[in-house]
Amino acid sequence: MTFDPNAIALSVAAGAAAGLVGCFAVMRRMTLAADAISHIALPGIGVALLLRIHPILGGVAALLVGTLLVWGIENRTRLATETIIGVVFSTALAIGSLITSGEELIEALFGGVGHLTTVEATLGLVLALGVIGFVLWQRHRLVLALVSPEIAHTSGINVQRLNLYFLLVFALTIALGLRYLGVLLVGSLVIIPAATAKRLARSLPGMLVISVAVAIASTTLGTWLSLSLHRTPGSMIVLVAAGFFVLSLLRRSGT
Amino acid sequence: MKIALDVENLSVGFDRATVIERLSFEVPHGSALAIIGPNGAGKSVLARALIGALPHEGTIKWEADTKIGYVPQKLDIERDLPITGGDFLHAKAVVARAPEADVANVLELVEIKPESFGKPIGELSGGQFQRLLVAAALIGHPTVLLLDEPTSGVDEPGQETINHTLDRLRDERGLTILFISHDLSVVYHHATNVLCLSRGHACFGAPRNVLTPQLLQELYGAPVAFHVHDDLRP
Repeated sequence: MTFDPNAIALSVAAGAAAGLVGCFAVMRRMTLAADAISHIALPGIGVALLLRIHPILGGVAALLVGTLLVWGIENRTRLATETIIGVVFSTALAIGSLITSGEELIEALFGGVGHLTTVEATLGLVLALGVIGFVLWQRHRLVLALVSPEIAHTSGINVQRLNLYFLLVFALTIALGLRYLGVLLVGSLVIIPAATAKRLARSLPGMLVISVAVAIASTTLGTWLSLSLHRTPGSMIVLVAAGFFVLSLLRRSGT
Repeated sequence: MKIALDVENLSVGFDRATVIERLSFEVPHGSALAIIGPNGAGKSVLARALIGALPHEGTIKWEADTKIGYVPQKLDIERDLPITGGDFLHAKAVVARAPEADVANVLELVEIKPESFGKPIGELSGGQFQRLLVAAALIGHPTVLLLDEPTSGVDEPGQETINHTLDRLRDERGLTILFISHDLSVVYHHATNVLCLSRGHACFGAPRNVLTPQLLQELYGAPVAFHVHDDLRP
């Protein structure tokens, strides 16, 4: 079993970022979007592999383009977000699986272990801190927009722009988890800890704290378990998170 | 007389269907305008156009330095949303750059129970939640309050409190108030002017001139009765 301080720091930071972003994603009922947006990374990873550049860079680029696409279609047409996401998600998955092949596809879908370079770790940490900073700084605006977009609007918030920023930060959070969790599982790191926190918390600070704690516990415990049991980290992280969610069901059932 | 809001030839529509057509009216500073009309007449659409949240034709001119406090129509909030009344008011205070003391002041003004402050907003009673929305609208010292059915779902004592608070704010702070209402006796007692909306037909004037049986029948398509205290009878 190897002990890599870079990997630990990154899994803590990525966990905190996912926990925070997840709270607002769950409260905004974006659970489906979380999964769909992460699938948009696949064609990007495929193209990056073809061009022999870092797959995560391709994934990030595709995520950002996909996010702008979903936001743009949503603002210009009267289609339901779910419809747009449904179409974009399956198209991305189809293109992605066409241009990616074999083992690379499996790793892109479910994540892998691999060695983390210092540059990757630093970039990941900066990204995670950026995401954490954004959510903490904008949380009051996000709360107002969540309760009523009109109240937010009359309070001087550009709601459309705030939504775009949130989606971009959301996409960056997905990108942070891509390497470990893969396209199919990364959405759950954003959603499950927040869904657990939503069941347990009765105030916003409570939800943020519980969600971050569950997400960090899932990434660190999951990574440790994967090393001990020689399994892929993605599956272990999601299973630990799901375990917390099941526990939360027990605690409040009947109240 | 200062004019708080000047609307000229306002038209709002969706997908080629016009909801509001060439509407013009003025709201004097410090007055209370009631917006009435049957369901589907475009009252909420007008309110959302006035705050600039809907595309429209024509002009909407607010007095310089206008700050609007908006109370939306009944919101559908999930019961288990972990946002308390305190979280919500605190968020509004931070965004409005208002001191935290403002939160305590507005709580007192609208008579919110302290326990509502710590409860998730989805668990509040209709009355407590509406008071919370009015409180949020008051944070940051607005010059105009725009309320979309502020007392819907509120019990009668709660309605009284909200209506009297609004009257007091108008007297003490010179606020201009625009409110949508279905309750014609509230309109009669609290409005300076009434704007009635109905498809292809709008009227404007003082309550005693507008709220006549003939006009109301034209507006709602059926005779409408409401209670007027004797001392207010023309």
